[in-house]
Amino acid sequence: MVTPVGTRPAVPAVPRTGRRRGWSPSRRVLPYLLIGPALLFELLVHVIPMLTGVSISFLQLNQFYLRRWLQAPFAGLANYRIAFDLQSEIGLDLLRSVGITLAYSAVVVSVSWLFGIFGATLLQSSVRGRSLLRTFFLIPYALPVFTAVIVWKFMLDHDSGLVNHVLAGTGLGDGNTFWLLGDNAFISMALIGIWRLWPFALLTLMAGLQSIPTEVYEAAEVDGANRWQQFTGLTLPMLRPVNQVLVLVLFLWTFNDFNVPFTLFAGSTPASADLVSVHVYQSSFITWNFGLGSAMSVTLLVFLLVVTSLYIAVTSRRARNA
Amino acid sequence: MHESRTFRTIRFIGLAGLMVFTVTPLYVIVSTAVKPLGDVQNVFHWIPSTITFQAFVDVWSTVPLARYFVNSLIVATCSSVFSVALAVLAAYAISRYTFRGRELFRMAVLSTQMFPGILFLLPLYLIYVNIGQLTGLKLNGNLSGLIITYLTLTLPFSIWMLVGYFNSIPRDLDEAGLVDGASPTRVLWSIVLPAARPGIVAVGIYAFMTSWSEALFASVLTDSASKTLAVGFAEFTTQIAVYWNQIMAASVVVSVPIVAGFLLMQRYLVQGLTAGAVK
Repeated sequence: MVTPVGTRPAVPAVPRTGRRRGWSPSRRVLPYLLIGPALLFELLVHVIPMLTGVSISFLQLNQFYLRRWLQAPFAGLANYRIAFDLQSEIGLDLLRSVGITLAYSAVVVSVSWLFGIFGATLLQSSVRGRSLLRTFFLIPYALPVFTAVIVWKFMLDHDSGLVNHVLAGTGLGDGNTFWLLGDNAFISMALIGIWRLWPFALLTLMAGLQSIPTEVYEAAEVDGANRWQQFTGLTLPMLRPVNQVLVLVLFLWTFNDFNVPFTLFAGSTPASADLVSVHVYQSSFITWNFGLGSAMSVTLLVFLLVVTSLYIAVTSRRARNA
Repeated sequence: MHESRTFRTIRFIGLAGLMVFTVTPLYVIVSTAVKPLGDVQNVFHWIPSTITFQAFVDVWSTVPLARYFVNSLIVATCSSVFSVALAVLAAYAISRYTFRGRELFRMAVLSTQMFPGILFLLPLYLIYVNIGQLTGLKLNGNLSGLIITYLTLTLPFSIWMLVGYFNSIPRDLDEAGLVDGASPTRVLWSIVLPAARPGIVAVGIYAFMTSWSEALFASVLTDSASKTLAVGFAEFTTQIAVYWNQIMAASVVVSVPIVAGFLLMQRYLVQGLTAGAVK
């Protein structure tokens, strides 16, 4: 329905018959108009930069070519060879950083999930002050990441922090521990990760528990199942689809986490807390070797794609067999 | 359900333990913010020796906190408003229409959640610089590039959640509207949107919180005039690490609006998650 601009009537003619108005696009075009804006921004910020990142990983893009990066020479797989070379410092550091990140994800995801399911199950029963407790539990998740990290930084401070003060006061430690240096930095970072993320597990699992009908539990109780049997035999299987998504989301968030180490260590990250996003960030911006940095990022993306597809395949098959 | 004594004991200990773990840092933030400087320089004190609001006054001059705050407010507000608007349109199309490329779009949007931010940070920076050189439209070193970036970062999860929400709204409602002669846009605006309000609020909170906290892109795309709180805070600690009372006062200032908003809307958030993410 094309109307030449000049001949368009001043008042849009509303057809008396048919439900469509004069300016309304047809049913076939409308969905594309609706997704158009979202698609445009996705292309500009996600898709094109990702494809550019992949192509940069094949370029010798260092500080000499930064101003005219389109003219950087083609390097083939050279950047990947450096990133994967386990004989060299760079390759070994990257591998160690991936290992640390996996350990961080494993600890934070598993403990957050355990706290979440524990809290959600306990809050499911009609305990007094239930909504007040839930409100408090959710605050750490609502807090901006940087304030959450900074209060822990203060609490873990060697001289004026709460943790050393309590440890010395109770005799559980000597009160002379540097929590943000050396291997302790990993523990501190994981603790902060858990404090921030377990409320999200709680929120999601509480929503999941609410969708389980109470009749199921009543039936189980009539059959004589105790609380633990109800939990393992009923609650966990019914939560399987929720858990499948929740664990994946938590894993991706922690694996790609940048905000926590960035605020906690402000540029001087101890080796034990060298998460891979910080590692790539620092190696790109300190050496200005963006070709190598991109090769590392592409490797990460491929790794995450493989892990995620395997995870979805395995968990979906198990769900079908169950 | 009958509650045995053992269960009650476990529940009490469990909830108390989680409560101590959760609340201790929150108490530290608030109590430290009202301490005089002398209280925070040596050993830790649980109780302030005197209560003073001096830190809340000083913090604005120690760092340009007001500027960071305003920058974050602009970025988070604009990006979440645009993100919600675009997500509503896209989710409405996915939920109500069948069209070629629908599944592809849905899967592509979801898979962007997997991208490590670091992968497209550098190219995005270079693209913004090039757009600036070509068109004179400056996108790095000011807030506009950051707004565009954040609105896109939060789009996938928002679309995903809203599709679930729209799907839970009975189609009969829109069909009735269409039969009555309303256009599809009119149906979206006056029938679907009001019914989906909890989901939309939840998505808006999510987008606002994400933009308020993000540091990776902000650290590269801003300069000293356009710095946001997430970046400003990181340097804050290295510069004045002994003024913990001021840091905690600043934490209170930047957290109160967002925590209050979150808690006021938490009912919607649970509903939104239940409809969108869980089902």
